[in-house]
Amino acid sequence: MGFAQSYDVVVIGAGHAGCEAAVATAKMGLRTLLLTLSLDNVGLMPCNPSIGGAAKGQLVREIDALGGVMGIGVDQNYIQIRMLNTSKGPAVHALRAQVDKIAYMRWMKRLLEATPNLDLKQGVATKILTQGERVVGVRLKTEIDIAAQAVIVATGTYLRGLVHYGLVHYSSGPQGQHPSVELAHSLLELGFELQRFKTGTPPRIHGDTVNYSKTTEMPGEELRRGFSFRAPLPQRRQVSCWLTWTTQETHEIIRRNLDKAPMYTGEITGIGPRYCPSLEAKVYEFPDKPSHQIFIEPEGLDTREMYLAGFSTSLPEDIQIEMIRTVPGLENVKIMRPGYAIEYDALNPLDLKPNLETKAIRGLFCAGQINGTSGYEEAAAQGLMAGINAALMIKGAEPLVLKRSQAYIGVLIDDLVTKGTREPYRLLTAKAEYRLLLRQDNADLRLTELGHQIGLISDTEYAAFLRKKESIDKLLAKLRAETIQPSPAVNEKLAGFGQAPLQRAVSAEVFLRRPEINLSLLSEFVELETEEIDPEVAEQVELQVKYSGYIERQQEQVERFLKLEAKKIPPDLQYESLHGLSSEAREKLARVRPESLGQAARISGVSPADINYLAIILEQRRRGKA
Amino acid sequence: MKIRFDHDTIAAISTPLGEGGLAVIRVSGDDAVAVVDRVFAPGGKVKPGFLGSVASHTVHYGYIHNRQGERVDEVLVTVMLAPRTFTREDTVEISCHGGIVSAQRVLEAVLGAGARLAEPGEFTKRAFLNGRIDLAQAEAVIDLIRAKTEASQAVALTNLRGGLSERVRRIREAIVEVLTYLEASIDFPEDEIPPLEQDLDQLLTWARSEVAALIETARTGRIYREGLATVILGRPNVGKSSLLNALLGEERAIVTQIPGTTRDILEEQINLRGLPLRIIDTAGIRATTDEVERIGVTRSIEAIERADIILFLVDYSSGLTPEDWEVAATLPVGRTILVANKADLPSGSGFGDLVERFGEPVLISAKEHTGLDELKDRILEKASVIKVDRTETVLVTNLRHLEALRQACESLENAHQAFVGGMPADLITIDLHAAVAYLGEITGDTASADVIDRIFANFCIGK
Ligand SMILES: Nc1nc2c(ncn2[C@@H]2O[C@H](COP(=O)(O)OP(=O)(O)OP(=O)(O)O)[C@@H](O)[C@H]2O)c(=O)[nH]1
Ligand SMILES: [Mg+2]
Repeated sequence: MGFAQSYDVVVIGAGHAGCEAAVATAKMGLRTLLLTLSLDNVGLMPCNPSIGGAAKGQLVREIDALGGVMGIGVDQNYIQIRMLNTSKGPAVHALRAQVDKIAYMRWMKRLLEATPNLDLKQGVATKILTQGERVVGVRLKTEIDIAAQAVIVATGTYLRGLVHYGLVHYSSGPQGQHPSVELAHSLLELGFELQRFKTGTPPRIHGDTVNYSKTTEMPGEELRRGFSFRAPLPQRRQVSCWLTWTTQETHEIIRRNLDKAPMYTGEITGIGPRYCPSLEAKVYEFPDKPSHQIFIEPEGLDTREMYLAGFSTSLPEDIQIEMIRTVPGLENVKIMRPGYAIEYDALNPLDLKPNLETKAIRGLFCAGQINGTSGYEEAAAQGLMAGINAALMIKGAEPLVLKRSQAYIGVLIDDLVTKGTREPYRLLTAKAEYRLLLRQDNADLRLTELGHQIGLISDTEYAAFLRKKESIDKLLAKLRAETIQPSPAVNEKLAGFGQAPLQRAVSAEVFLRRPEINLSLLSEFVELETEEIDPEVAEQVELQVKYSGYIERQQEQVERFLKLEAKKIPPDLQYESLHGLSSEAREKLARVRPESLGQAARISGVSPADINYLAIILEQRRRGKA
Repeated sequence: MKIRFDHDTIAAISTPLGEGGLAVIRVSGDDAVAVVDRVFAPGGKVKPGFLGSVASHTVHYGYIHNRQGERVDEVLVTVMLAPRTFTREDTVEISCHGGIVSAQRVLEAVLGAGARLAEPGEFTKRAFLNGRIDLAQAEAVIDLIRAKTEASQAVALTNLRGGLSERVRRIREAIVEVLTYLEASIDFPEDEIPPLEQDLDQLLTWARSEVAALIETARTGRIYREGLATVILGRPNVGKSSLLNALLGEERAIVTQIPGTTRDILEEQINLRGLPLRIIDTAGIRATTDEVERIGVTRSIEAIERADIILFLVDYSSGLTPEDWEVAATLPVGRTILVANKADLPSGSGFGDLVERFGEPVLISAKEHTGLDELKDRILEKASVIKVDRTETVLVTNLRHLEALRQACESLENAHQAFVGGMPADLITIDLHAAVAYLGEITGDTASADVIDRIFANFCIGK
């Protein structure tokens, strides 16, 4: 093969996964080419103009803590920000931002252009080039071959994309982009299993045609800190979103036209996400629900286009307009882009190793929606990890695989490569076993050390992180050392909160565990020295002290979890000959090839009996070798 | 590399020894058919390879012979091929006529032909390891093997049929329902999640009391398995050892007219109309300078702690003595039955205050074996007072189940406290997930996927 050009890494696709991947490999010192179908769509948000939320917000903070770019991008381009779930406990606080889509794309493009070692280029990859079981490069539609030691496929929903507007459908990527057909064939040729998924998006409407007086305003909040740990949140004027509701009339129209809904006519065979159903699905599945929420969300500051969250539909355009106009406030609305459904090919993530490299082809990595996930945040997280691991592979270093006890990113990737997915995968906090440890507020404490080790967190950023960590430790030590006396002043204060008085002196740490007591209150009774405590340090200390009982219990669980993770399964284990396993387990284990007993235990269809049996086998093998 | 694994062929007698005419020898493993084929003569004629050619789940008549070629017994051989067998391995069952001796000889022949003697419970272990039965069933089978009386067999059978699993599942189900709601409201804060129908406070209280009730049955279960600890206490020479012998129907304990004969605890099992009893004879309680006797007396006093029922023995012919009073002071009234022995002799001074404390004594004569039926009635009556409920069929008979229930109970308590203390949802879920996991250990169910699937089934989620 004659190669026109040569890079260390080629990343295909400049969506949220591709951008993270390319910046990571470039920052880690590898010459990187980032290919995009269109230079005008770098970092595109083809669906909702918002980032974050439960679990997803935690992901973005983790991306930032490791040295990824999405957090800074959102902080620089948000037009509204809120902290969700504040009443439901510290573990599940979640940042959510409305983002100016257009500004975000511009920002991302500028960042890519300014990143050393990174070439951003418009081009269509048509073939993954391999030699034996190794990737060697990619071929472009222009019949140019580019050599690479690692290729990261991050093609989103473009693989054999097929859009549906009512009963009309044609081959296309999202938002009128080109689909990627040849690449899908190339993956099939390489022996990968492709599955058909579906997702959808609601219509975009003209904001000036909305009667806002009939809707409820949803303003943002003033927050000091956004997604990034590395820079404060720029303060700016925020815009509102608006809430309205569908009516019985809306539902009637949908019921009357179900025969034109490709979801129900059998036109669409791909599997859609349960957490993001179309409005027709909601009306069909929950017929008793009298109305559904519709959020009107601005797509940016420089446009009047509005996104209709909750109104995802693939009914024909004329019916969409009929439906929308039955919603209070939207009686005279004009649609600027109709909603549609898109079917696309996704890999079976069981074909991937925990470092996101394919099992079959060395150096070929995959990230984002092609792996069967949905969501910008899930894509970005995988992009970052694929980038990091491609770089580590080229450098001959050990892969970086985050554990379930360490990060939501770990939960996400472990779920994918262990359980696979038969629907577009969305991360939920309920999927994390150690949720209390994986908080959005401590992502830096969990991951920034690692980010610095691999070279994505700069020395300056790392120094700032160490200062924060030191202040936390100092303050905690101080609280342990100081005592609070049961003085009249203290007990008067407690009585004010309706709390039992102090009987004897306790450490400031113990005192802080009481409800209602916080650091600023505590500083009335003890000299905490630190002139002005950084609010983030204070938050960290308060959380660690107040929830210490729960935190310690989860840490004990993590230790037990890690023991099973540490029981490695040799890669050459022949499951076919293990007749003590149920046949289902045998099949699943052979497919997944788990790296540890812990991972094996998480495969559905593998019973505790199978694990006990495997444990016996591993023990026998170990003894046999000894 | 070829991996060796635990599939060698095992054999054991799988029916209770000595009882009934038939005994079954079960053989299981990869070579089960070949092993039995070596010792089986269908219709009395030696036909090598015969069993290898027959269809699965078929029965064959013939003889078992040993290595010397001697006929051991006339048998029926059932061949069952994997996976439709108890162990999910190839299994052969040999039904033979004889009592223990013949069964032993058949087993020996099979062992001689290449099988290994199964360890206790190994068939069950294999069935379990092969995914054939769930944990609760496996352990019930193990208990079944151990069951010593009819009553405890009934209990073990109920577990096997899923009685325990059923009740635990119901509790688990209710908690999963709550978790579904809490997790939905956490993961979809902007969706409309209708409020829980049942009050969380009430639900947690209910779940906890249900688990506590199951834990309570564990005690009953232990009694059925191990026997009701029935301790005979009293001052020296009142006839404690004689009573043990009388209940046992044999001269087990040494009886003399010398006070202080019994120096140590002596324990024997009897079956009291289906209720297993562990009759425990003790050293007579008195102040003594004899070192050995003193240790015995200490043990007697310790036995009070472990006793389910205490038979407080006094001497009818002598009446109440100060030593009797000393013993009486240490006894819990609720678990004690006052028994006056030597009723064949003329009455002594009576028992006055003791009667006030423990009720009318049961009059017996250990020597003449009179009054024993009445004593047995009183023991059964006491057993039901201390809630050895003979009609309650769902019982926790296994230590691991008990442990899981205790943990679940504690988690539910924590969750309840957190809820009442106004802790946020994410913390309450930690203990609820733990409770669900502990209960799942009994039924073999796992949780988290359940909750997530239910979120989507129960609530209209998604923007
Ligand atoms: N007449 C009569 N004698 C009895 C009866 N029961 C026991 N004895 C006699 O009482 C004496 C003591 O009996 P044991 O059974 O050894 O008494 P014990 O309470 O075990 O005595 P220690 O082991 O010394 O505490 C023996 O001589 C028995 O034969 C009874 O019902 N009637
Ligand atoms: Mg005695």
